[in-house]
Amino acid sequence: MTAATQTARPPLIATRDLTKHFTVGKTMRPGSGRTVHAVEDVSLDLFAGETLGLVGESGSGKSTLGRCLTRLYDPTSGSLTFDGTDITRAGERALLPVRRRMQMIFQDPSASLNPRRRVRDLVGDAVRVHGIRKGRAVEDWLRELMDIVGLRAEHLDRYPHEFSGGQRQRIGIARALAVEPELIVADEPVSALDVSVQAQIVNLFSELRERLNLTYVFIAHDLAVVRQVSTRVAVMYLGALVEIGETESLYSRPRHPYTEALLSAVPQARNRGRRNRILLEGEIPSPLAPPKGCKFSTRCPFAQERCHAERPVLLPAGPGRSVACHYPLGSDAD
Amino acid sequence: MSDAAATRPITEASSDAASAPAKAGQSPWSRAWRILRRDKAAICAFVVMVLIVAACLAAPLYAGYLAKTDPFRSNLSGSITVGGESMKIMQASTTGLGLGTTPIAPTWEWQYMLGADNQGRDVAARLLYGGRNSLLIASAATLICLVLAAAIGTIAGFFGGWVDMILSRILEVLWAFPVYLLAISLSIVLLTQEIWIGPFHIGSGSLILPIVIIGIIYVPYIARPVRGRVLSLRESEFVLAARGLGIPRWRILVKDILPNVTTTLIVYIPIMMALNIVTESALSFLSIGVQPPDASWGTIIQDGQGLLYTRPMVALAPGVAIVLTVLALNVLGDSVRDAVDPRTKLR
Repeated sequence: MTAATQTARPPLIATRDLTKHFTVGKTMRPGSGRTVHAVEDVSLDLFAGETLGLVGESGSGKSTLGRCLTRLYDPTSGSLTFDGTDITRAGERALLPVRRRMQMIFQDPSASLNPRRRVRDLVGDAVRVHGIRKGRAVEDWLRELMDIVGLRAEHLDRYPHEFSGGQRQRIGIARALAVEPELIVADEPVSALDVSVQAQIVNLFSELRERLNLTYVFIAHDLAVVRQVSTRVAVMYLGALVEIGETESLYSRPRHPYTEALLSAVPQARNRGRRNRILLEGEIPSPLAPPKGCKFSTRCPFAQERCHAERPVLLPAGPGRSVACHYPLGSDAD
Repeated sequence: MSDAAATRPITEASSDAASAPAKAGQSPWSRAWRILRRDKAAICAFVVMVLIVAACLAAPLYAGYLAKTDPFRSNLSGSITVGGESMKIMQASTTGLGLGTTPIAPTWEWQYMLGADNQGRDVAARLLYGGRNSLLIASAATLICLVLAAAIGTIAGFFGGWVDMILSRILEVLWAFPVYLLAISLSIVLLTQEIWIGPFHIGSGSLILPIVIIGIIYVPYIARPVRGRVLSLRESEFVLAARGLGIPRWRILVKDILPNVTTTLIVYIPIMMALNIVTESALSFLSIGVQPPDASWGTIIQDGQGLLYTRPMVALAPGVAIVLTVLALNVLGDSVRDAVDPRTKLR
């Protein structure tokens, strides 16, 4: 997908300077408590039909961003638009039609399924709330959903504890699909699963995209999985979007030093030794007190004085690519 | 016998239970019930409780047909026949200066089996009648406490904000008083005057007073954990998932939060029962619980206080009853906690 076709149609989801802060340790004393800068100034467009991989270390804010996109969290500032409608501050009632169109799949299927409810109720509740199917058609739809995610109809009468991890995640997927959404935000959907099961679930995601015409935001820290499923990849560091671009181009030619370091950590089966592993010095700074300038400046091997003082914004850098860096890699070549 | 069952090797217990296949579609409730039924300590404790409750319920039968006595009327001049010999219930004192009277010692026959108290009343019959009051007060207080705590804890946890602020502060104020100080203050205020609530009249001898007092004082101790549980449930992924699906808030509360709070409450039932029995006895011992001539285990202990050297059975009998009941309830409480904990392996 080129930049030209992207601009030709409006994005399904668009964020502008989306920010989410959490306050911790707040007491009744005014001005107490500290702010966790979980997500800061994220601007991105997501187009129908694409799969956007969202990568970053633990604590980089990718899950928080995912939950802001689905309005499970209320953004602190910035704007969030779904299919042309601003839903940044929309109330639950106004969100209801939007909720039907976008769904979330969670990391830990044993935590995201109420242990005291049968699969039939877990999956079927939303069908009734949204009136997706009526009367006896509900049962048929539930059976069809079970079939779509590779479970059997008799599994509808069981409780979550009677399933394996992979099967539970299939229930989570069935629940998300139950309202016939267009967009699915999958928050590390495979990282809690065994490696052998991961592949099955990843394949299921790919299969469903073709079959049901879905758009995905695929959050993961496993870069190999992201490469396999994504058409575009966005890299996050300490709550900020540092680079976004088409998957193959980004993997082969990272422009942000952090992307390069992150990719260099992936074990390579082929082309061994092509990429030198870059070891970052120091720890990821606390989101309670992010660095003043570029958030990566404290660990960046190429940091200059400007990087410590001025925060870079995400700017276009080549076809379909945007980078938030004062001195992007490979700029001499361009 | 309960010891033998409880200390049976775990391996043996787990192997014979594992042979039962798990049924598909079994709810967490029936699973908990299955675990409980296999728990030998729980069954022993349950049997002990059933026996105690049955004996107390049979108090009028015992008093009427076996002991042939009125446990609420003093009998200072009567005499009974023990082993073919006529004995006065209040015998002339043989110790000290030989003044006054000493109640009859345990006869180990139906009449005055455990002796008499200083009013000449049958201790065994009073023990059973007292048990009725003690168990009734403890059960009713537990019910009141759990209902109040569940309501307050759930509302505070689920709605948060200023609702939570106000409810939490109220609980903290209640919490700040030592339990017995609070109970004693409430009792003294309420017992010294009769209360009219609309058409309802609560006399000073009414059992409703100790029930309400004991029910209220432990509310913070349950409401705070319930609130904590609701807070964590509210942030749990399955509630987030339900919100993401657009499920209405009240439906999330009813379908996702309350069933998971219920487990917390169920675990507290036996523990609160035990605690309430002890509290009731303590208040009655201090004459601010059940009022004479009505009996409870606490009042009987108080009656026995003055006879501790000559007729220790008067205080000992209700003491043993309390210990036995509380022990059984605590064992039951442990087992229930294990059974409803989903992390417990089905064995």
